[in-house]
Amino acid sequence: MLQTSQPTASFPIAATDIAVSVRNVSKNYGAVEALKNLSLDFPRGQLTSLLGPSGCGKTTLLKIIAGLLNPSSGDVEVDGKPIAGPGRDRAFVFQDFALLPWATVLRNVAFGLELRGVAKSEREAIAEKYISDVGLTGFEQSFPHELSGGMRQRVGLARALSVDADVLLMDEPFSAVDEQTRRKFQEDLLSLVANENKTFIFVTHSIEEAVYVSDQIAVLLPRPSRVSEIIRPVGLREKDMSTIRRDPEYLDIVDSIWDSLRTYVE
Amino acid sequence: MTNNRPLLLKFLSAALVFGAWEIAGRIPVSYAFPTFLESMQALIAMILDGSLFVAFAETLKPLVIGVAISAVLGIAVGLWVGLNQFFEWLFSPIFIVMQAAPLAALIPLLVMIYGIGLTSKIFVVCIMAMPVIVLNTASAVRNTPSSLTEMGRSFQASQAELVLKIIIPAASPVIFSGLRLGVSAGFIGAILSELKITPTGVGDIITYSRSIADYASMYAAIFSIIVLAVVFLNLLEKLEHHLFEGNVRGYASD
Repeated sequence: MLQTSQPTASFPIAATDIAVSVRNVSKNYGAVEALKNLSLDFPRGQLTSLLGPSGCGKTTLLKIIAGLLNPSSGDVEVDGKPIAGPGRDRAFVFQDFALLPWATVLRNVAFGLELRGVAKSEREAIAEKYISDVGLTGFEQSFPHELSGGMRQRVGLARALSVDADVLLMDEPFSAVDEQTRRKFQEDLLSLVANENKTFIFVTHSIEEAVYVSDQIAVLLPRPSRVSEIIRPVGLREKDMSTIRRDPEYLDIVDSIWDSLRTYVE
Repeated sequence: MTNNRPLLLKFLSAALVFGAWEIAGRIPVSYAFPTFLESMQALIAMILDGSLFVAFAETLKPLVIGVAISAVLGIAVGLWVGLNQFFEWLFSPIFIVMQAAPLAALIPLLVMIYGIGLTSKIFVVCIMAMPVIVLNTASAVRNTPSSLTEMGRSFQASQAELVLKIIIPAASPVIFSGLRLGVSAGFIGAILSELKITPTGVGDIITYSRSIADYASMYAAIFSIIVLAVVFLNLLEKLEHHLFEGNVRGYASD
């Protein structure tokens, strides 16, 4: 059977290995309950997907973790300490890239460091490194409008990586790029999770994408939002990334998630 | 080659307009309408005897002071109104009324309060130029893409950094288009004040030439002020391109 909703005991995760912890978070917009009493743990060094139909509050939850939104009640802890707004320990990757159109790739990538007061020569040296890591060497002096959608998101990713935060928050980062670029991104993301000792929180509405990249999938159901199940596709993480999509476990998990979501999709 | 084509087109459109002017003057459409060449002769004569420069020195005083005040104050007030709902509620009606008011009807009032000197003329320029600068700036600031401000906040930008490094640059295309509209309105205001308050500078050349039926000089004066306005607007555009290079092609998220 699937590794669904298994107690953490079956996986060796100690309490200290929880990087981000969401406790009883509710968020109301007037009379609308966007999130209701939601609790969720994000293991360190792993990628957790927030998956659910549109309107299930997954982006709201991500922005609360980022400190961009305040929860109506409950709190978020990073490394055991409750957060009060955005912090150095977290970096955000935006769905629409959120690049400064008047700034070059170099300045865009260095912008997070610029806001943190890092000196120009130092931040540009760091930015150069991450620009080459995401494969954009030679485009330092280009402007965002001169880049393709996929390249723009690489700039957004490099900006988030360059501040060296422990937690990377990604809000549907690949939804605005084409299918082939998305596949490449997903593979790159798997290597990134394997090589960087960072915690990734990844919002997506694509079941296949979530199963392909995640260590842990939190399936959120709407009105009001709650975590309906937590799935850990552990078997897939040891597989070669090129064979995952025809693995029976992959296909089973995708099917079972669709079974539980289909009634909520209009 | 591709670089020369716009220049070529500009010359072509200029040639068309001036050609039509020349033909219309030769028909003639009216005895008060000189040909293009006559007007240019008058213009050269005024340049050579220096009277045009004296006139411009006079006209540019209220124009430059008024446009400078409108730009600085207009952008500042626009930012303020755009960033704060309360000030929007308080101030934006004033500027909407200012924009809609028929200025010529207000001039007697201004003359009564501030006399016939420079102050009144500066006021006329400001009334013409400021509302569009304020309203454009305010709406540009209000419409800053929310993902950009969220991005700034997520990297812990201070309020001042948000305004200086994100909101103002993001608003700059619309602020500059407000400035361009404001500057051209300022030119109208400067000439209007010279025609309606006291004839000085270019307004004086226009009024005086008309009264002695020297229509060529009158049109030369009008032509020269239009040329100045066009040159000024082009310089403003150059400044914008220089300051915010990547903005020229629009937003990356478009």
